[in-house]
Amino acid sequence: MKRLLEKYSAKMVSAGLAETGYPLLGGLDAELEWNREDPAIPVLERVFSGLSINSLLFSFPAEPYRSIIDFLASGDVNFIQPEDSETRTFMHDLPVIRDFRSDMIIEKLRKRKSVIVKGKGIITWGTVSPEQAFIFYSSVCFACFVKFFSDYLRDSRKGEVSVEQERVFRIAQKNLEQYTDKPPLLMSGPYRNREDVYRAVAEAGRLTVEHRLVDSFFGNVSLRWGDTLFISQTTSSLDELEGCIDPCPMNGSACTSITASSEFSAHMGILRHTGMNAILHGHPKFSVIMSMDCRRENCASRGSCHIRCPEERFVRDVPIVPGEVGTGPFGLCNTLPSAMEGSRGVIVWGHGLFTVSLDDFNGAFRNLLSIERMCREEYFRFLD
Amino acid sequence: MTGRWGRILHVDLSSGEYRFEEIDPDICRFWIGGKGLAGYYLFPEITRSWNDPDMPLVFMTGPLTGTLVPASSRICVMSKSPLTGAVGDCSVGGSLGWQIKKSGIDGIVVTGRSTRLCGIEISDGNVSVEDASRLAGAGTDELYSRLKEKGSVACTGPAAEHGVLFSSIMVDGTFAAGRGGLGLVSASKNLKYITVRGTGNVSVHDKERLRSASEDIRRLVAATPAITGEHGLQNCGTAALYDLISCRRMMPTANFRRTFFRPASFMNSHAFSNAYKSKKYGCNACHIRCKRIGEDGTHLPEYETMSHFSALIENDDLQAVAAANTICNKTGMDTISAGATLACFSEIAGEKLTPDRITGLLLDIAAGRGEGCELGQGSFRFAESKGCSFLSMSVKGMELPGYDPRGAYGMALGYVTSTRGACHLRAYPISHEILRKPVATDRFSFAGKARIVKIAEDMNAVIDSLTACKFFFFGCSLEEYASAYSAVTGTETSAQDLLAAGERTYFRDRIMNARCGFTSEDDDLPPRFFCEAGSSGDCIEVSPLNREEFLETRSKYYRIRGLDQNGCPLPGKAEELGLDGLL
Repeated sequence: MKRLLEKYSAKMVSAGLAETGYPLLGGLDAELEWNREDPAIPVLERVFSGLSINSLLFSFPAEPYRSIIDFLASGDVNFIQPEDSETRTFMHDLPVIRDFRSDMIIEKLRKRKSVIVKGKGIITWGTVSPEQAFIFYSSVCFACFVKFFSDYLRDSRKGEVSVEQERVFRIAQKNLEQYTDKPPLLMSGPYRNREDVYRAVAEAGRLTVEHRLVDSFFGNVSLRWGDTLFISQTTSSLDELEGCIDPCPMNGSACTSITASSEFSAHMGILRHTGMNAILHGHPKFSVIMSMDCRRENCASRGSCHIRCPEERFVRDVPIVPGEVGTGPFGLCNTLPSAMEGSRGVIVWGHGLFTVSLDDFNGAFRNLLSIERMCREEYFRFLD
Repeated sequence: MTGRWGRILHVDLSSGEYRFEEIDPDICRFWIGGKGLAGYYLFPEITRSWNDPDMPLVFMTGPLTGTLVPASSRICVMSKSPLTGAVGDCSVGGSLGWQIKKSGIDGIVVTGRSTRLCGIEISDGNVSVEDASRLAGAGTDELYSRLKEKGSVACTGPAAEHGVLFSSIMVDGTFAAGRGGLGLVSASKNLKYITVRGTGNVSVHDKERLRSASEDIRRLVAATPAITGEHGLQNCGTAALYDLISCRRMMPTANFRRTFFRPASFMNSHAFSNAYKSKKYGCNACHIRCKRIGEDGTHLPEYETMSHFSALIENDDLQAVAAANTICNKTGMDTISAGATLACFSEIAGEKLTPDRITGLLLDIAAGRGEGCELGQGSFRFAESKGCSFLSMSVKGMELPGYDPRGAYGMALGYVTSTRGACHLRAYPISHEILRKPVATDRFSFAGKARIVKIAEDMNAVIDSLTACKFFFFGCSLEEYASAYSAVTGTETSAQDLLAAGERTYFRDRIMNARCGFTSEDDDLPPRFFCEAGSSGDCIEVSPLNREEFLETRSKYYRIRGLDQNGCPLPGKAEELGLDGLL
């Protein structure tokens, strides 16, 4: 347990979600263990006693998340309601409390996966592994980032940006990550054997994380090689794909894809529509923000843009399509594959970006990076 | 009350009389429904013999049954297990739960013993006990055909009439309350069948909130490849697990002597689908429809059945697997126990079973003739009679299903802590150890598994009390179902409240088992798993379980569960859970 606590503490720091020394993680089997000493532990021990969980995470987020979350949680706010896919599907809403008190924390965590304590940080839990707590924490940061920048763009257009909002925006802007000018060179294809395919998929996943083009280390990666699609497994961490790649026969003669990414069907559809072989999917923030930016405030589909946006929308040349995670009637597997034909990438509303290339991941990775850069440029151009 | 009628039907087969009990709403809220509420009726009688006329056979719906909450119309069937002598309960699909709820009652408690073979017929609150003498020996398929005009049908087959300890109760011809021999409890009461038809509407407290909660559930299910993916349960049924378990090298083979079955790649879901041109069907109020039927009407086997009638008995004949499944369903026998008992027989007798021998032995068991008489007592009693009980791959006398514990250490613990014997569904560690839901855990490690298993048991106990489908929880959590529960019943609740109810229910099961004499000695695996390796290969090492680590993890589990080191419930924990009156 201690090893897992330290692992996810380190991941929070490397992902820019918290500063060194801040993440506090507790794991409970028969005994309770912490990754470090902290004055908050007595309160959190009472939280453990009040909930049926096996792990708990508490941390002050790093900038820009700290200022953004403080701003969104200010005033009389009892919960934050982002509209991105991650929140809509898994988190529902993000409760906020005023005091770092065990009874208030327990009350919120009895119903939700996270609670934001104003000015103190974020608390999340897991019932199986500290990894769950890490994922929920990361999702809160991501969702708040997307909401803040989306709201700012909307308010800016209306000339309704408050002084405090402007101040936080400046802090957030100053802390935005810099994108590399030179995309890394990935293993070049076509690949000679299965081992190379596994290595190439794992490398693409790891670099996507290193360039901060995903949240929670999620997203997915696949490569068709011969008659088999090699695809990252569901809930796999893109920087640790070794041993987490499923070989799935294209003819459906084995069910190994049962543990494959939730976007397996979308990947298969893309292959059929485009003839490409390599697919990358990340959650770069400004691609997500720009996908949600729509000026048609009186549109009849407002509130259900993520599943039934009636417009053909683009960020420059890159299409935006509606669609939920997975294979339901509104699943992105129904909208994404055809939109990918002839496109260097497609953004799914409020969710993330898919890119493709022919024989290896170089083109897909370049497109992922360049489209995200373009979306950030468009965002600030719109502000101007 | 919304979501419940607050009315239980009691039928006394000794007198042929029945009555309706108006149940205290607080008791309904305390035990939720399904498994929780069924145990409320079983608890006072648990020390009786399973075939005592006063031993109740309980059928209990959940508070969400009959509403539009997805996959929540299963039913809990509970009594004392003839196979294990412990608590015996099964969650079963089909339309029985739905029809019972629609008929204006929440559940049925059957006691007594009829002087003749009989059936109970219920139609919108009208109840009759009918003579079923003419149906003696009838198969469950025949009964279903003859009775389905009367609504949903729950019945037993000839196996129960011939004393098979792993007899099942079959619902609507194909859904099994399979494990633990509840069919034999029914037979001991001379009850051959129950039919139910209902047309009432279940009231809902907040329809808009229910719609929203149901949408959340559907969205999460759609986002879960194990359920709705191209090769998930929706498209391939539970047979989808066959390839996965095989390539993880944890498919029980040759009575668990090995963990890899080379012909498996030719006997998977794809092979069955091609051979039988199957289409799907399923339970009421479920859009996943995970069951499969061939164009010739053959009901195709579930994963467990596929695994046990192929790898476990080293049979590579696809048709024989389907035939064995059909025999078990028609005669009313649990396929897991039946397959595992044949495997035990095969090892002890040193006999390789041919397809004809497999079907012949199954028919003999169901008919109670020849070698079938002994085998019908299950693998443990059979092996014990031959002086080698260690060759029965069972816990508490109930046979292990299709996941080798050497390939998933949480499953190893879950098998022994399960209150009904070796059951994969009580803690279902396969969810995180194999299917990576909600996140993946290290399947070859005991680290952290004691609490994970305990929490999962609580969660599954409440899922069985809500009478929801466990498969949906690959994608959903109790968070969404708590919202649905609040919307239906008007009782504001949270995921943690529901978990607390699950803990209460599971702890009560432990109390019942302790009262029946169960201790830590019964919470153990057969010695094979600690001294023999599985089939390593493909860079996967399948070692024997480390006995010390296993016992240490079980000891941790006892502490976390509130049991003493002999596995018996502690008074302090009972008091904390509001169960002090039960100890």
